[in-house]
Amino acid sequence: MTAMGYALDLPTVWALVIAFAVFAYVVMDGFDLGIGILFPSLKPGEERDAAMNSVAPVWDGNETWLVLGGGGLFAAFPLAYAIVMPALYAPIVAMLLGLVFRGVAFEFRWRDPGHRPFWDIAFCAGSLVATFAQGVALGALLQGIPVAGRAYGGGWFDWLTPFSLLSGLGLTTGYALLGATWLVMKTEGSAQAHARRMAKHLGRATVAAIALVSAATPFLDGAYAARWFAFPNVLLTAQVPLLVTIGSVLFFSSLAAGAERRPFLLALALFGLSFVGLGISIFPDVVPGAMTIWQAAAPPASQLFMLVGAAVLIPVILAYTAYAYWVFRGKVGAEGYH
Amino acid sequence: MSLFSGLDALLLARAQFAFTISFHIVFPAFSIGLASFLAVLEALWLKTGRELYLNLFRYWTKIFAVAFAMGVVSGIVMSYQFGTNWSVFSDKAGPVIGPLMAYEVLSAFFLEAGFLGVMLFGLNKVGPRLHFLATLMVALGTFFSAFWILSVNSWMQTPQGHSVNAAGQFVPEDWWAIVFNPSFPYRLVHMLLAAYLTTALVVGAVGAWHLLRENGNKGARKMFGMALGMLAVVAPLQILAGDAHGLNTLEHQPAKVMAMEGHFRSHPDGAPLILFGLPDPAAGEVRHAIEIPKLSSLILKHDPNAPLAGLETVPRENWPPVPVVFWSFRVMVGLGMLMLGLGLFGLVARWRGTLYTSKALHRFALAMGPAGFVAVLAGWVTTEVGRQPFTVYGLLRTADSASPLAAPAVAASLLAFVLVYFAVFGAGVLYILKLMGHAPHRGEPDLEIGLPIRTAGVTPAPAIDPARMQPAE
Ligand code: HDD
Ligand code: HEM
Ligand code: HEM
Repeated sequence: MTAMGYALDLPTVWALVIAFAVFAYVVMDGFDLGIGILFPSLKPGEERDAAMNSVAPVWDGNETWLVLGGGGLFAAFPLAYAIVMPALYAPIVAMLLGLVFRGVAFEFRWRDPGHRPFWDIAFCAGSLVATFAQGVALGALLQGIPVAGRAYGGGWFDWLTPFSLLSGLGLTTGYALLGATWLVMKTEGSAQAHARRMAKHLGRATVAAIALVSAATPFLDGAYAARWFAFPNVLLTAQVPLLVTIGSVLFFSSLAAGAERRPFLLALALFGLSFVGLGISIFPDVVPGAMTIWQAAAPPASQLFMLVGAAVLIPVILAYTAYAYWVFRGKVGAEGYH
Repeated sequence: MSLFSGLDALLLARAQFAFTISFHIVFPAFSIGLASFLAVLEALWLKTGRELYLNLFRYWTKIFAVAFAMGVVSGIVMSYQFGTNWSVFSDKAGPVIGPLMAYEVLSAFFLEAGFLGVMLFGLNKVGPRLHFLATLMVALGTFFSAFWILSVNSWMQTPQGHSVNAAGQFVPEDWWAIVFNPSFPYRLVHMLLAAYLTTALVVGAVGAWHLLRENGNKGARKMFGMALGMLAVVAPLQILAGDAHGLNTLEHQPAKVMAMEGHFRSHPDGAPLILFGLPDPAAGEVRHAIEIPKLSSLILKHDPNAPLAGLETVPRENWPPVPVVFWSFRVMVGLGMLMLGLGLFGLVARWRGTLYTSKALHRFALAMGPAGFVAVLAGWVTTEVGRQPFTVYGLLRTADSASPLAAPAVAASLLAFVLVYFAVFGAGVLYILKLMGHAPHRGEPDLEIGLPIRTAGVTPAPAIDPARMQPAE
């Protein structure tokens, strides 16, 4: 492909676009799933209503990035989608069902005050299940998926290992951390103080989880270790743990100093670094250990057709998404938009 | 899993897809129409300044919010089903339909979702004009969504513009031909009209219900009048569109039309229209058929004596399940005729000045409230079951499309979907009915009450409370 006068490697471009969508998803839905996870620890009434209201206008947009991640994989790497989805059948179905419960809870809890406690539980349990399932799916992907011909070649419980459970737990604490720091930013008074305390504990747990998952990953697959430790890559890759360490120190000090926005941004930075680490581990595979992005790629005609749309529409989407966040900026009260 | 023993993974996967898509389509069918209705109400309010329109807008916005949430979560399930349950299909058809669905995400889902928050909660924050823009964007998003997904579905019905590569994948050759495949324009028009009809019937039924109880209610009168007007225009259009759609199907998927008509045998000199009967595929005949001679040829060929081939000309392994298609088609057409009847009744009543007083009309409209949903589902069953035994018509068999999954895995997920959907969407439908049970009244509360947002350091813009700005009705 030399469409623009220089070599444009479409599969790499699409891998980056999908990575961007997934990261955008993690950033945006991460904090609103996190709020769901933290829900039971908030006081019924004002605290819960405020937390819910802080995400009610944006959750649908946040979740759409998940659809773009999945849909993008389907469109740009159909073979990978066809192999990975059956391999992760149980966690994916669990995630979808979790998202059903939490998605409707946003509306239902206002429509039926009598059953509000029930929908609050549905909101929390749905968020928890969806998050944990996403983490498990990620772990299962990382640990490798057996492929037979053009299809998944394993059993339907292969995803279940200590590593995938660890990664599920790690993502859960991580999203909860994002949720807590979001609340630090969006609430005031006792709700904020409570969120700040939780952010501290969750920060510790998340850093520990990052360390554990990172330590285990190189042992999953020889290729991972090579990508991380071989010279000269290691000069670059070694920066990642270094930056994570710096980021964590800054995070805890900003939290202690009473900052309102910085903890959220630093928590995002930790997620960003973990994401980069993930990229280092698996690139250029799309089914880790089995298939590269070039092997799974849709024909150039498909990828190019979509790229035109993506190049035009993603900036527009980012613009109006930013607008929606801006409209609902600032601290949120309990009476909310409802 | 004893309940499912004896069923194979393929059948379970089909059942799961049919179940989840049938739930999903019910919500978009309503929200496509309702989004446009809301845009019209808001435009009328902005133009006339009458509080009545604002009240109706707020009344239906609350219902829209609940229906939309259910549409979104059931839709997210759909977008992953292709991979989980139809992985071979995804591998093969992905290069063609994947990009179309990616365009749907980029152009439709983000647009709806991005402006939904502003539409539902933002009137006091952004002011009426920007808010109207948000409503328009949501409505436009629902249209784009229908456009792309129907293009995908239509390509599966009437594939063209592709070639097949060594790995057996469909590879795009001509995107224009793929997107605007032969059945797409017909399907798009027919589905959009279906969505408008469905919404008009629901709005009309809610209006009728409140008119029966409180005849002077202005909001109920207004919505009832608007809905019946809409019905009178759209119901006949839908019948014309359906007829054209059928002719298109006859050209591209003749076996489907044979199943719809119950024509097992060929009729060299004029085929009868079978009104009712019991199709018996094993015997290859329709038992107890009540038929009108030559009418089918007249409808399909515009010539009473034109020959029409029957299923006997099609190899048996390519037959769709005839009884299902035969009956679902009759349900749809029958309801379409009833909708036309209601539309005409409304016209007559309007002419005689009894639109808001005729109890018979109101009862009829109330009974027809759910008819749109039933017709939509029946129409889709006709379309999809009539496409069997293929997923990509004539090219890829359903049996060769499914994921290599064990039956218990699919059975377990199917069971989970059934339980969760009935519980969650059942509750949602109850909430919608509860909202509809309240009569629209003056000072209809919005989704937003008070102005709790305090922007750090910035004085909030002066609250625009339109209810206060407008003279009361
Ligand atoms: C309110 C809903 C509604 C109503 C009143 C009708 N339809 Fe319909 N019909 C649909 C809603 C629908 C649908 C749900 O929108 C379908 C399914 C797929 C599609 O494209 O449209 C459909 C499919 C569909 C098909 C199948 C096309 C194919 O798969 O190739 C035909 C031939 C017709 N319709 C014909 C008619 C006729 C002759 C009607 C006259 C009364 C009619 N429909 C009323
Ligand atoms: C929204 C309304 C729709 C309804 C109610 C509907 C209904 C159904 C039903 C009843 C089946 C089962 C047919 C059978 O197995 O005998 C089916 C199958 C299927 N439909 Fe649809 N469908 C809809 C839209 C779509 C769309 C938009 C697509 C594609 C983008 C699609 C793709 C499929 C596929 C892949 C199958 C599975 C294979 C099969 O069993 O045929 N459907 N659908
Ligand atoms: C298999 C086919 C389908 C898939 C994979 C699918 C996927 C989705 C997804 C992921 C969403 C959520 C978007 C969001 O996050 O905002 C959604 C919503 C929606 N879908 Fe579908 N869909 C399918 C069939 C259909 C059909 C046949 C139509 C209409 C003709 C339709 C119209 C809509 C609309 C209008 C919405 C907006 C939400 C709503 O109205 O409730 N979809 N769909």
